[in-house]
Amino acid sequence: MMSARMSTLASLRGDIERLEAHGDGYAPNKVALGHAGADATLRGGLAAATVHEVFSAGHQSAAATGFIAGLAGRLAPRRPLVWVRQDFSEIELGALSMSGWAELGLDPRCVVSVRAADVDTALRTAADALACDAVGAVVLELWGEVRQLDLTASRKLTLAAQASGVTGLLLRVAAQPLPSTAESRWIVRAAHSPPAAPLTLAAPGSAWGAPVFDAELVRNRHGPLGRWIMEWKCDECLFGEPAAYPQPVAAAPTHRPHQATIRAKQRRAG
Amino acid sequence: MRCGLETGQPLANARAICPELMVFDADEVADAKILDDIADWCDRFTPLVALDPPHGLFLDITGCAHLFGGEAALLRMICGALTRHGFFVSAAIASTSVCARTLTRGSPGRIVKDGEEAEAVNPLPVSTLGADAAITTGLRRAGLKTIGDVAARAPYEITARFGGDFTTRLAHALGEGDAPISPRKPLPDYIVEKRFAEPVTTENVISITLSQLAHMLVAAMGKQGKGARRLEAGFFRTDGAVRAIVVDTGQPATKAQVIDRLFRERLEALNDPLDPGFGFDLIRLSASRTEIVVQQQRDLDANVHDNDKLADLIDRIAARIGGRRVIVHLPQDTHIPERAVWAAPAQHHLTASAQAAWPARAESEPPLRPLRLFEKPEPIKVPFATVPDGPPHHFTWRRAVHAVVRAEGPERIAMEWWKQDGEVLTRDYFRIEDEAGLRFWIYRDGLYGSELVTEEGKPAPANWFVHGLFA
Repeated sequence: MMSARMSTLASLRGDIERLEAHGDGYAPNKVALGHAGADATLRGGLAAATVHEVFSAGHQSAAATGFIAGLAGRLAPRRPLVWVRQDFSEIELGALSMSGWAELGLDPRCVVSVRAADVDTALRTAADALACDAVGAVVLELWGEVRQLDLTASRKLTLAAQASGVTGLLLRVAAQPLPSTAESRWIVRAAHSPPAAPLTLAAPGSAWGAPVFDAELVRNRHGPLGRWIMEWKCDECLFGEPAAYPQPVAAAPTHRPHQATIRAKQRRAG
Repeated sequence: MRCGLETGQPLANARAICPELMVFDADEVADAKILDDIADWCDRFTPLVALDPPHGLFLDITGCAHLFGGEAALLRMICGALTRHGFFVSAAIASTSVCARTLTRGSPGRIVKDGEEAEAVNPLPVSTLGADAAITTGLRRAGLKTIGDVAARAPYEITARFGGDFTTRLAHALGEGDAPISPRKPLPDYIVEKRFAEPVTTENVISITLSQLAHMLVAAMGKQGKGARRLEAGFFRTDGAVRAIVVDTGQPATKAQVIDRLFRERLEALNDPLDPGFGFDLIRLSASRTEIVVQQQRDLDANVHDNDKLADLIDRIAARIGGRRVIVHLPQDTHIPERAVWAAPAQHHLTASAQAAWPARAESEPPLRPLRLFEKPEPIKVPFATVPDGPPHHFTWRRAVHAVVRAEGPERIAMEWWKQDGEVLTRDYFRIEDEAGLRFWIYRDGLYGSELVTEEGKPAPANWFVHGLFA
């Protein structure tokens, strides 16, 4: 009895697997994020040519924006990135600053921004951009609950992404997750950057401020879930474990003062 | 006119002649608007239409008349159509614009051949020249009643009494020399159009016509190796209304399919859709800006192909939502954070942005500039700072209190005093992390001690702002 039920379950699972496998075998191109734990859970990395959702916990989106910037940087380095956003989102969350983009180690020359007046235009523009295979990745930034982004709209985006091989990234702020066809869904919060130095201005080497995210994988169509603290390494353009020390570089030569000390002094002077 | 009234008559006299006269205030704005609309309608006869306010139009019909069955037929057509719309029209054709205008006032409907201008205008009264009232009165007082009388005098006499401008005008009216008219719109480089015997109303026919026109336009441009950067489609309705729709492209368009697709996107996205009314009897496609196309090797270099596709995508999006909404980013040579990047229209600056030289980031440093930057820095409430020049202990932004856990700074950014008028305050920027891990970029406007002082020399309170958010 039990085994019969199990075999029925297994066969149903197989059916679903086949339905979702798009006919000729589901073998997506995966891009490693760099964070060992996350890559293991995602079985090699984030799938390209599909759609991923990133929700921002709370009303501030800087952490989620940074996380998406990192994902886009990993998925399509040196390829055009189309960033679609609403006018309103720019007032509420601040405009995407290319100086900050460059500071993350990403290339601002690749970014094309589209400011859409409303959600419908934004969705349509994103779908158009996803259908263009000259683009590396498309980010669609939406603020608040969006009625128009239902299962049909989400399916359209996914199909466009699959057909062209472009990856779509949805940045959602002040919104609750709803059913969608996204390959994965993340909830991102800001995390403290290492180290936990006290509030002292004179403390040398307090080169804190590396982008650290508390990223929770709450949906994964082809694997388990997880939650990690990730740091974006601006120099290597990789995600990784947050460093235990502010400057995880090679040991400073004994005959010269510590680099970070000098730099901290220069920065205060500048 | 029928009752014996004249333009410029005093109202009392007019009332005496015609007691049932109704009086209205002149609405000059509406008059100008209707003149503009008529000029739009006249675009169907020639691309060179100039306004002659308050109620005149010049049409340069050089090389156009034969398309409408000759000058006489064209004149009849224009007058007939405008009369049917309820306008009082007087028109004339001559080889100079001043001569034609003089004739419309003296003997409308006349067509003067080249060289016969003097003969045509000589018997007309001097008032038809349209000179100042003072000059007209002066001429009449001098006993010069007709243009022929004035022309008979030696030019230096006229110039000495009435000025050089009047002499020039007189010469132009007599066909001696000509001044160019200034058309309302620049002449497009290429024009193709289709006229319909029966007005068309269906979307289907309109889109087919547009794509046929696109093919014709591309063929015409292709012969001279040109591509269109700006295209204009004109829809002329039977009732005289004209609608023009403009599409810009980032790269010269050389393919009919591309032009066709751009117009389809544009027409779909119109806020007030194309209203055919009783139908369009003329659809015109013109390339108002063209460029020489540089042929590129396309098969071997995948990069060129990709760039083309991206430019195509940008054109399509821009056609739908407007060119200013699709932007690329160019670095600017300034320290002021909000001006460090210029958001340039992507259609025109795609190549420049791909080659832009961005300042390199410092290795193994955390980001020093925020990822999210507020266009307008948002004021925050700071009760006190630990030290006068230091970062705040906590602050209130958007009604939430943030306790500062870590701070670094100040990074002092002085404003560009050589570019601005008035006093501008130096900013001290701090990178701040709060207890939840949110990272802010805040600044204090002004320096303590030197800039932040009241008129009595006492320290003034500082204003604090959030300028950006770090990832």
